[in-house]
Amino acid sequence: MDFGVIFDRSVFALFADQSLILALAAIGLNVHFGYTGLLNFGQVGFAAMGAYGIASGVTYLELPFGVSLLLGIALAVLLALLLGVPTLRLRADYLAIVTIASSEVIRLTARSAEFREQTGGSSGLGGFAQGFYDLNPFGPGSYGIGPASYDSNRFFLLVVGWTLVVLCSLLVFLLMRSPWGRVLRGIREDEDAVRSLGKNVVGYKMQSLILGGVFGAFSGFAFALANSSVQPDNYGTQFTFLAFAAMILGGAGRVIGPVVGAILFQTLLVLVENVLIEAKGAGYISDAVLSGNDIGAVRFVLVGVVLMALMIFRPQGLFGDKKELALDAR
Amino acid sequence: MPADVTKTGAGAAALAGLEARPGVPKPDPILVADGVVRRFGGLTAVEVDHLEVQRGVITALIGPNGAGKTTFFNLLTGFDKPDEGTWAFEGKDLAGVPAYRVARRGMVRTFQLTKALSKMTVLDNMRLGATGQRGESFFRALVPGVWSGQQRGIDERARDLLVRFKLDAKASDFAGSLSGGQRKLLEMARALMVEPTLVMLDEPMAGVNPALTQSLLGHVKDLREQGMTVLFVEHDMDMVRDISDWVVVMAQGRVVAEGPPDVVMADPAVIDAYLGAHHDAPLSAEEEQAQLSAAEAELEGGHA
Amino acid sequence: MLVVPSSTREETALGHRPAVPAPRRALRAVLLGLAAVLLLLTGGAPAAAQAPPPPPAPSAPAAPSADPSAAPDGEEPVEGIAGTLANAGEPVEGVEIAVEQDGQEVGTATTDEQGRWRVPVPGPGDYTVLLDVETLPEGTDLRDEDASSRDVTVREGQGNAPALFLLGEGRSGGSSRLDRAPQLIVGGLQFGLVLAMGAIGLSLIFGTTGLTNFAHGELITGGAILGYALNVGLGLNLIPATVIAVIVGGVLGALLDRGLWRPLRKRGTSLIAQLVVSIGLSFVLRYLYLIYYEGSARSYAQYSTQSPVDLGPVGVLPRDMVIIAVSLLVLVAVGLGLQRTRFGKATRAVADNPSLAATSGIDVEKVNNIVWAMGTALAVLGGIFLALSQQVGYQLGQNALLLLFAGVTLGGLGTAYGALVGSLVIGLFTQLSTLFIAAELQVVGALVILILILVVRPQGILGSRERVG
Repeated sequence: MDFGVIFDRSVFALFADQSLILALAAIGLNVHFGYTGLLNFGQVGFAAMGAYGIASGVTYLELPFGVSLLLGIALAVLLALLLGVPTLRLRADYLAIVTIASSEVIRLTARSAEFREQTGGSSGLGGFAQGFYDLNPFGPGSYGIGPASYDSNRFFLLVVGWTLVVLCSLLVFLLMRSPWGRVLRGIREDEDAVRSLGKNVVGYKMQSLILGGVFGAFSGFAFALANSSVQPDNYGTQFTFLAFAAMILGGAGRVIGPVVGAILFQTLLVLVENVLIEAKGAGYISDAVLSGNDIGAVRFVLVGVVLMALMIFRPQGLFGDKKELALDAR
Repeated sequence: MPADVTKTGAGAAALAGLEARPGVPKPDPILVADGVVRRFGGLTAVEVDHLEVQRGVITALIGPNGAGKTTFFNLLTGFDKPDEGTWAFEGKDLAGVPAYRVARRGMVRTFQLTKALSKMTVLDNMRLGATGQRGESFFRALVPGVWSGQQRGIDERARDLLVRFKLDAKASDFAGSLSGGQRKLLEMARALMVEPTLVMLDEPMAGVNPALTQSLLGHVKDLREQGMTVLFVEHDMDMVRDISDWVVVMAQGRVVAEGPPDVVMADPAVIDAYLGAHHDAPLSAEEEQAQLSAAEAELEGGHA
Repeated sequence: MLVVPSSTREETALGHRPAVPAPRRALRAVLLGLAAVLLLLTGGAPAAAQAPPPPPAPSAPAAPSADPSAAPDGEEPVEGIAGTLANAGEPVEGVEIAVEQDGQEVGTATTDEQGRWRVPVPGPGDYTVLLDVETLPEGTDLRDEDASSRDVTVREGQGNAPALFLLGEGRSGGSSRLDRAPQLIVGGLQFGLVLAMGAIGLSLIFGTTGLTNFAHGELITGGAILGYALNVGLGLNLIPATVIAVIVGGVLGALLDRGLWRPLRKRGTSLIAQLVVSIGLSFVLRYLYLIYYEGSARSYAQYSTQSPVDLGPVGVLPRDMVIIAVSLLVLVAVGLGLQRTRFGKATRAVADNPSLAATSGIDVEKVNNIVWAMGTALAVLGGIFLALSQQVGYQLGQNALLLLFAGVTLGGLGTAYGALVGSLVIGLFTQLSTLFIAAELQVVGALVILILILVVRPQGILGSRERVG
């Protein structure tokens, strides 16, 4: 086994695009679930809005890149309104079903042949990212430290992306220590109590859904730009649950929770995957136990195990305060 | 009861000499309900023909379990929607007004099962009660300068109330760490942050340590002294007798009697409907709920 | 449209919670044990993989990507088009079939000795299937000489989209909406009944324990795979294999409840937290299936290829008749059992109000346990039936889960009859909607219905309005 390779790949993954995508999605989920208690299982729908916003915006509507970004955000807001107006009055588990169903509706519609012209059907869209990479001020070459080195375009994306993560986290920080955030936390605890104190609970839930949804769209931007393409099947339900696991790992209801959770979780996945690949290569694992093709699936088993174990044993996550955790495990 | 008049103030004096019958008009009603009906499946939970609540006094709402007291509370405060009926607060129609607007108009309620926001501090619980906060709007929240001054005023008011309710030492503790009685106190104090004119208390004594009962009673009386109107649901007859100026009795969703405490409690119809039938230990909230759903299930089973 | 806040339910559940929390260690041991059981359960599948594979296997899986969201589902086409060529009941071998999309050839196949053929396709979409008339044996002709090509729409996850070529003399099949409707109704009825198998378990578990079980789809998949292991792996005929699988499924369901859900309930884990645990469980199970059963969709050894029996306006496969009949029998039996037996009454009492049921002497945990056993057994049966028409694949149940939710919510959460009626409506709707919308959008249609129902009438069509406070 080559521990050097495992180490290098894991360090590379720390701040690579996948962590970035997860972090942005998880910050949004944290606003929904960690602070407001909204069980949004359709975060990927917001990401898809962002991704298709820029992809279809540039290629189908032939809009300039910047306008397409605005289109993506507008689509996410629209989705939040469409989902929220009728469903925010419903019970938490109903909201979960509606959101997950709507995210699947989005994916299945995007991949259908009916809308091939707009969304590229099952093969998706490409050729929209140039407007972004044209802005790259970094010359050709490799940037970074040691194994965490990236080519110029990737580095540009990561710099922009992580700056966005910091800005979003700052925004969440400012909001959550304000009276506005206090109302959200109150809703998370008991919405009827907050209602009885004269707060428009549905209105606040809607604002929370929109804010977190826009963060979800940011994650879709990052996803689409990192791949320079949009593939509908990348926007399946597992995206939402990965972000969910990352958020809970870091600690729901903490500003830094989703960011640290996303970095740690993505790195953990890459670490496990590479340990398995190396162990497999060295012949430590027989085909009966695990074949080479299945190592990718182990990642998702791990997602499931982490979700279960965290919810059962440490629902406040790594950094959460047990007294203030969003999910009561008493 | 001329002796009581001086003790309980002008509002109660106005009630003296009123006829003790259901639906009797009051000289200065703050809340008037007409034909409010709520059905669950085939079961009629509430059917109140006419009820007026006098301003500036303490009115108790009593009745056997399943009489529909809490449901009636929910209807009046916008937490549930009736099948029929109208009701007005301060002369303004409240039908169809959402719960949060009801609260903003000055009609604030507490809950049978306390709803202290347990993962927020006691002070944050109190702050949440203040209305018209600038920092509660999304964009202004981002600029602390816009709301921090107002917040200081709110904090001052909150701390004064906490001192009054002897919770000031707990201001920075999580509300979840309070005892059951302290939570009731917090909930009442938080409701006062809204600056209500009508306070609706749903079983303020349920689950409260007897040592705290007297202090809670004192606080309820204080509300009246400060000019607020109180409507409360209670099981504890001693408390009802002790502090209320007027008693409304519900049974099977209807108002069956109302009048001054002494008169009502001597009314054979009341003793029959309430004290006679269920004189045993009062049931808990869950049990009351259970009975209602059992009755409901039975009715539904009949249809299937 | 007020709905009881979930806290109301939780508070009643908390009200009678035992004071002693279950020890953590036991829970950990149980999780490990659960994993072991799964490994044992799926252990039959690798052996099964050695058995001769059914008709042409789909293309080899690609390497896993490091993408956080790209599930292995994008990696291999599970979709395919298949059919059987027969003339007067005799299979026709050696006929060449080609599949095209937008004029590009996607793949070809030749019918085997049983007249079967299958062409894997890269994904859902519209395809044209061409039969090479030159390769038809002497004396065998297409019933309609101009019908040597068929336009086929492949749905997502549809392993065997049918393309029928009729040979020789026979009933003439039109393709107007009116003509297709009866066939779709039969298909919808069958799909709805099979969905109901899963939906009733999902609904009962929700009703009695309050858990929204996102792992229910994986119980269905598990049933299909268990059936495959017994049928192809151990060589049992599918009928005894199904019986055994249902029994084993019931036992595993009870164990899952004992080992995982009961301890969580005893700890007082909130329903939302339990829901997230069920999502975790669904991931663990689904990808263990992928690892040990392998990704390719496969058929059972018996009854997978049949010719339809002519029943007036519709042609029905014999196995589909059996599926419809058995499903009806089982569902009616479950419905009667819930209505008439003491256990059924206890179940409804627990669903109605756990604390009241407990105070009236009902062993709530025992009821929950039996409900889990029954729900899992039904899911297993449903899984095997579903796999008969869609092939055994690790995503079988996942693809059905949202339709189960749709059926359950349509009928009103927590009621068995509601789940049955709701599932039938969803089954019929998904099939009949293809008369008006593209087949690949039929699931979208059902999900939109689900959303609309939750919004307009969250208590379902049959449920009663819930109460606040």
